[in-house]
Amino acid sequence: MGHDDRAPARGTGGAVGATPIVRFEGTGRAFGAVRALHPSDFAVRPGECVALVGHNGAGKSTLVNLVNAVFPPSEGAVVYDLPPGAAPAGRSFEAGAVRARRAAGVRAVHQELSLAPNLSVLENLRIAQRDLAGRGWRRRASDRMRASLDAVFPGNRIPTRAVVGDLALAERQMVEIAMGFADGMEPARLVILDEPTSSLDASVAAQLVAHVRAFCASGGAAIFISHMMAEVFDIADRIAVMRDGRIVEDRPASAFTQRSLVAAMGHVAPEATAAARAAPSGPDILGADHGLSARAGEIVGLAGLAGHGQAEALSRLYLALSSDWRAAGAPRAAFVAGDRARDGLFPLWSIRRNVSAAGLGRLVRRGLVDRAAEAALARDWKARIGIRTDDLSAPILSLSGGNQQKVLFARALATGAPVVVMDDPMRGVDVGTKAQVYDIIRAEAGAGRTFLWYSTEMDEIRLCDRVFVYRNGRIGAELRGDAITGEAIVASSFEMEAEA
Amino acid sequence: MTALLDRPWIWAWLAAIAAFAATAAIGQSQGIAGLLVAALTFSAFTTLVGLGQMFVITLGPGNIDLSIPATMTLAATLSLKFMGGAGALALPGFALALAIGLGAGLANYALIWLLRIPPIIATLAASFVYQSLAIWSNRGLRIKPPEILSDAMLGRTLGLPNVAYVALLLCGLAWVVLERARFGREVTAIGQNPRAARRVGIPVERVRCATYVLCAALAALAGFLLACFSGGAALNMGQEYLLSSIAVVVIGGSSIGGGRSNVPGVPAGALFLFLVVSMLNSYGLGAGVRLLLTGIIIVGIVALGARPRTAE
Repeated sequence: MGHDDRAPARGTGGAVGATPIVRFEGTGRAFGAVRALHPSDFAVRPGECVALVGHNGAGKSTLVNLVNAVFPPSEGAVVYDLPPGAAPAGRSFEAGAVRARRAAGVRAVHQELSLAPNLSVLENLRIAQRDLAGRGWRRRASDRMRASLDAVFPGNRIPTRAVVGDLALAERQMVEIAMGFADGMEPARLVILDEPTSSLDASVAAQLVAHVRAFCASGGAAIFISHMMAEVFDIADRIAVMRDGRIVEDRPASAFTQRSLVAAMGHVAPEATAAARAAPSGPDILGADHGLSARAGEIVGLAGLAGHGQAEALSRLYLALSSDWRAAGAPRAAFVAGDRARDGLFPLWSIRRNVSAAGLGRLVRRGLVDRAAEAALARDWKARIGIRTDDLSAPILSLSGGNQQKVLFARALATGAPVVVMDDPMRGVDVGTKAQVYDIIRAEAGAGRTFLWYSTEMDEIRLCDRVFVYRNGRIGAELRGDAITGEAIVASSFEMEAEA
Repeated sequence: MTALLDRPWIWAWLAAIAAFAATAAIGQSQGIAGLLVAALTFSAFTTLVGLGQMFVITLGPGNIDLSIPATMTLAATLSLKFMGGAGALALPGFALALAIGLGAGLANYALIWLLRIPPIIATLAASFVYQSLAIWSNRGLRIKPPEILSDAMLGRTLGLPNVAYVALLLCGLAWVVLERARFGREVTAIGQNPRAARRVGIPVERVRCATYVLCAALAALAGFLLACFSGGAALNMGQEYLLSSIAVVVIGGSSIGGGRSNVPGVPAGALFLFLVVSMLNSYGLGAGVRLLLTGIIIVGIVALGARPRTAE
């Protein structure tokens, strides 16, 4: 498959010629209309440690989930190297691929901790290893777990009979990693490590890196996902770079430098055709203790990898500007939710009531809601933002996701609040609507409104006048004007070590 | 007609009418008019506490006020003791009853908010305190209400009991508050999605506090009126209102999960509850069968009213 013109020759790492433990043959995956992974070729051979890098949404998780047989590919195939005498593949995906994956010795250590917190360490191991059954299983499980923990993390003091919920976060992560390497019915041959060091401190992380290298040297293989550049170069002998659902580079680690790797990950899509905007000057109208600040009329972006504290910062800021006890006549801020169901929608209400929910104070006459004014407001915003419906009294859930999001935008903009806080609000919104909303945001900012905008999409971040890049819950960098580029944001999202 | 059948409260009204017809059909010692007056009178008290419970339940899962019976008893006991049968003190006594309701509501919410106790536990625990206060204050002595008040409660206007007019008036007010006022919008918003409610600028804690206070005030009012009606406060006077306050909300078609409620269903549920018991009584059924049938009938009504409906 000519999946990508730019993709160079594939993996030349550790053991050329050996049968790959897992091999993609033009394997791709789409979710409905969304293309998560373009048809790609990819293979991991015994003795290789492959680092998988890329920005959020580049397709890393999709690739890993295909290797791990979480879901079947939409096209192509995932071929495992089965030991002789392994059970023949079954008919269904579940019976076939999952069993083949297990027989091939492919294990995964997840990014989100996936242990059952109410069970002990041993009971969690039993879930993964079906042969731990019958009399004396605890003893066998304990032997395996102890051996693996001591091999990967020498000197650890994790009790294997402890309930997982009682362990510290780092200990849980260590248990999960050790489970990945533990002896079992099928020995581990390929271990997938998805950001395994994010909750480990440096010395423990170094133990892991050392273990993975030893594991690969003795014929095992690993797929390692990390956002820490130094670690990637420490551990990997091959690096696969993903961008926009494609494997764009797949070369020996020695062929990269930290800079060239960041450049390969960076978004180099054509610049958004946004007309130049004079960045507002003037004093900050709001600031948060961790360094976030904004001027009147400014569009301030919060960038960085997902889950590095942007949403929490926005939430704290908004909650500080509003109150649990006082109802503001004129709200100081309005909030646009990205997680619609959790933070935005009132599912039993009509579209009209959902639009008017935030600015309700301005529609109240003598304690009663002025329903004529409410209807006018909803009609006005239906026209301005293009909510596709014939009937504003229809239930909000009758709208498509994108239109529901428009309702949330209309709700926030209609309040007249001087500050609008947006928590990655463009999820599930189609391109046309996005362009429309960008225009509205720029127009409103021009009229003096301040926008605080958390986004994981580079195109949106480039619309901002100023960008704060978050890393590990703190602001790692502040970029302005022309300095806001994909490369600069990626560079400051990732931990750069001495070389940079 | 389909629009009418879509109303969640219509089933409660149909059931109440059916129960009335079934009871009236086999003849009553008191006659049809007597049955109607009795039904309107007793369901009026249930309606008052049911309205308060409805607002609380609308706040969403976990919100419930189990202190209604104790609040009724405490407000009735203290205000009747204060008046001591003196008609001149009728108005201050009435105000005292409402003030006690206000205090009970604030105390309930203080437990819920400050100590983060789930409402079901907080209000139940508080109700023991209120009940003890009532016992301690008059040691079981039954003090008669001022004559002017008991006359007003027992009296009729245009053939219908006065207390029914009170309930009707409060239903009207509750409807306006729920459907037209800002407060009702805020309560319904919180019941659907408290996180989103906070993020559209609704002062969530204040609204919840006001709702618990409103519920306790209505309970206090019901207790005061009931004591005047029945010739004095009794320590167990609120007992039956614990479950019936919740039952009328559910029978009336409000969502037990919060966020959707309706006022017309509450009086219908109250009438139905009273009539179903008198119907089974007049058919001469034993206590066991009566309870069994009451349960089955309530489940049937709730199931009929619980079909999915459209917004607004």
